[in-house]
Amino acid sequence: MSWRPKIIAFFCRWCAGAAAEVAGVSRLRYDPSVVPIIVPCTGRISPSMIVEAFLNGADGVLIGGCHTPNDCHYVAGNFKAFKRVYLLKKLLQEVGVEPERLRLEWISATEAPKLVKVVNSFVDEIRKLGPLGGKHA
Amino acid sequence: MRIGVFVCHCGVNIAGTVDVKKVVEEVKKLPDVVYAADYVYLCSQPGQELIINAVKEHKLDGVVVAACTPSLHYETFAKAVEKAGLNRYVYEMVSIREFDSWVHADRALATEKAIKIIATAVAKLRGDKPYERARLDVIRKALVVGGGIAGITAALSLAKMGIPVILVEKYATIGGKMAMLHETFPTLDCAQCILTPLMAEVARHPLVKIYTLAEVDSVEGHVGKFKVKIKIRPRGVRVEDCRLCGFCERVCPISVSSEFDRGLSKRKAIYIPFAQAVPSAYVVDFEHCNRCGLCVKVCPTKAVNLEEKERVIEEEVGAIIVATGYELYPLEKIPEYSYGPENDVIDSLQFERILSVQGPTRGEVKRPSDGKPVKRVVFIQCVGSRDVNHLPYCSKICCMYTAKHALLFLENVPDGEAYVFYIDVRAAGKGFEEFVKRAQEHGAVYIKGRVSRIYKDKLTSDVVVEGFDLLENREIVIRADLAVLAPGIVSALDKRLAEMLKVPVDQFMFAAEIHPKLRPVEVASAGIFIAGCVQGPKDIPDSIAQASAAAAKAAELLIQGYVEKEPIVAEVDRDKCNGCRACVTVCPYGAIEIVEGKARVNEIVCEGCGACTATCPVGAIQLRNYREEQALEMVRAVMRVR
Repeated sequence: MSWRPKIIAFFCRWCAGAAAEVAGVSRLRYDPSVVPIIVPCTGRISPSMIVEAFLNGADGVLIGGCHTPNDCHYVAGNFKAFKRVYLLKKLLQEVGVEPERLRLEWISATEAPKLVKVVNSFVDEIRKLGPLGGKHA
Repeated sequence: MRIGVFVCHCGVNIAGTVDVKKVVEEVKKLPDVVYAADYVYLCSQPGQELIINAVKEHKLDGVVVAACTPSLHYETFAKAVEKAGLNRYVYEMVSIREFDSWVHADRALATEKAIKIIATAVAKLRGDKPYERARLDVIRKALVVGGGIAGITAALSLAKMGIPVILVEKYATIGGKMAMLHETFPTLDCAQCILTPLMAEVARHPLVKIYTLAEVDSVEGHVGKFKVKIKIRPRGVRVEDCRLCGFCERVCPISVSSEFDRGLSKRKAIYIPFAQAVPSAYVVDFEHCNRCGLCVKVCPTKAVNLEEKERVIEEEVGAIIVATGYELYPLEKIPEYSYGPENDVIDSLQFERILSVQGPTRGEVKRPSDGKPVKRVVFIQCVGSRDVNHLPYCSKICCMYTAKHALLFLENVPDGEAYVFYIDVRAAGKGFEEFVKRAQEHGAVYIKGRVSRIYKDKLTSDVVVEGFDLLENREIVIRADLAVLAPGIVSALDKRLAEMLKVPVDQFMFAAEIHPKLRPVEVASAGIFIAGCVQGPKDIPDSIAQASAAAAKAAELLIQGYVEKEPIVAEVDRDKCNGCRACVTVCPYGAIEIVEGKARVNEIVCEGCGACTATCPVGAIQLRNYREEQALEMVRAVMRVR
């Protein structure tokens, strides 16, 4: 059996989470390797949550948040997520984790097709990168 | 904890793809799960009974429901859980339908994903605590900011429901822009005849307190209890003593241009904005007054007091309606149109004043520069509006009032000529299209195209309008007596007020409603409502409708007398907090303050976004039921499932 990456997706409940619901209602198909965790806002995602995922063997972490500048339900949580992800990517690189394993995308509640595209392309990218640390778990 | 997990088949919607029996077996192995069951339709009455009975029978103190999306049935199961005697906040619902069975085809993989999703819910639930919703008293009083037609309508509506209202107006009289209008489209009602009775009614109403020359100075507090400081500039005339005799005005030696006539006439430094002004009293223009004291001497009732000082009063209200209205786009920004009464290029409100029998020309259409009767007038629509260099949006009302202007002009000057430059005629409204047709049938010549330049010909004193006729595909030059510009509508909401009230605004300072369809008069900060042009350009009927809606929404809150607040907010561990202020900085609502060196959350203002939790360097501030340790456990739980 071919290797399946383990991916955690933090979806904001107001946008990407809602888009995932619409994807379901529309019966759009996407790769099942991604397990969604709904967060109240991407601004709630601490760097530790992302690091914890990698430490526990996740091969990739996807974040789906509200479009900048004005879509955030809580004013500017998306900007906070953007800054954290930007810095964390640099740190990941320092410790030898490919920064591409962490991806932040803006996906509004109406963009179910985009969500599907993002999930599938992220899974493809992680497949290309292979398992975290190079070992097949 | 004793957790029960309930897995729904949703007929075949879930069970057709997910091996529900296997899910039940696997989730039983998760920590603290003492019971797991599946049912064909959990949302049905027997399904809910299954949960309620299991809670009692197995002494469960936490419930996970894995079914459709929480947006559909969260509340259904929350009620069931409460009926079983549990707190609704020790219950989690996750979707294994929209997030799983509906989007995947592979049974084994979908089953595995369902187990992982349920594992996150169990992990979260293990850290959940029961909370109660807070009930806050609401002060049964409202503040309305802005005394135009929207503010007046909202204030009157609330007062008629028995709610005391404070109406704050920055100008010396209420009435707003509508008071300047001559007649209104499409019925040609005289604006004063329909507005001034309302002004008098709101002023007379025992539950309405009007402050003119007043502005909101500061706002503290939250929904149900706002502490508002209102700064009131001195009027210089005691309203109750002024008898409008006008002696003061006659002796006043200072003459300045009238705001009400938009610079087309002069007024004194002690004046009344217009005859039907409310409050019905003179006012001193302290900026221009030279303190000569003649008015004080002649006033028969000793009503004038030039020593009056600015004062600040404080009011407590439960709700605030923002109705700050609009201004016209500043025409200095479009120099190619040579705006200025001296050039006989005026804006639409100036033309209203010229048409008005109370206006500077007593209703005769004369040129502002030399008083010559106007025979040929050119109206230019979309001045600044629908223009990427100025305002990209449509200002909505200009098509209609320009048609009105053309019609009224042609009725006023039967041998006159009226030309209208337009991009599109947007006459969507009851009776609107017919009204434009009527103006055209009256002889108004509509030219589709834009105007490139307007200037005053110094030799002939004509106003020369150069434009392009798109339909004839040729340049067109009209030599006229007067050009009337229809400037874009801009928000009059100032940044400071928006920030004080926490009203979200778009890039044009128009207030942003929570939902443009479902919640059009509410903004994201609770207890604040919007009415009229503060939300976007709109005409009088729309402003009145919206103001009535805002009053109704405010009344819902004020009459109920309390607000319920979700308890899922941030809380601080004072032993851990080192007062670094990181949370204060990231909080979008200003809900956190540092008290005695430690962070303190205002639970009423906190909306539960969790930005502080993600930011705190020592883990001292935690979003309830989405604590950092819970979030980390959710992540670990996914990875633990093999």
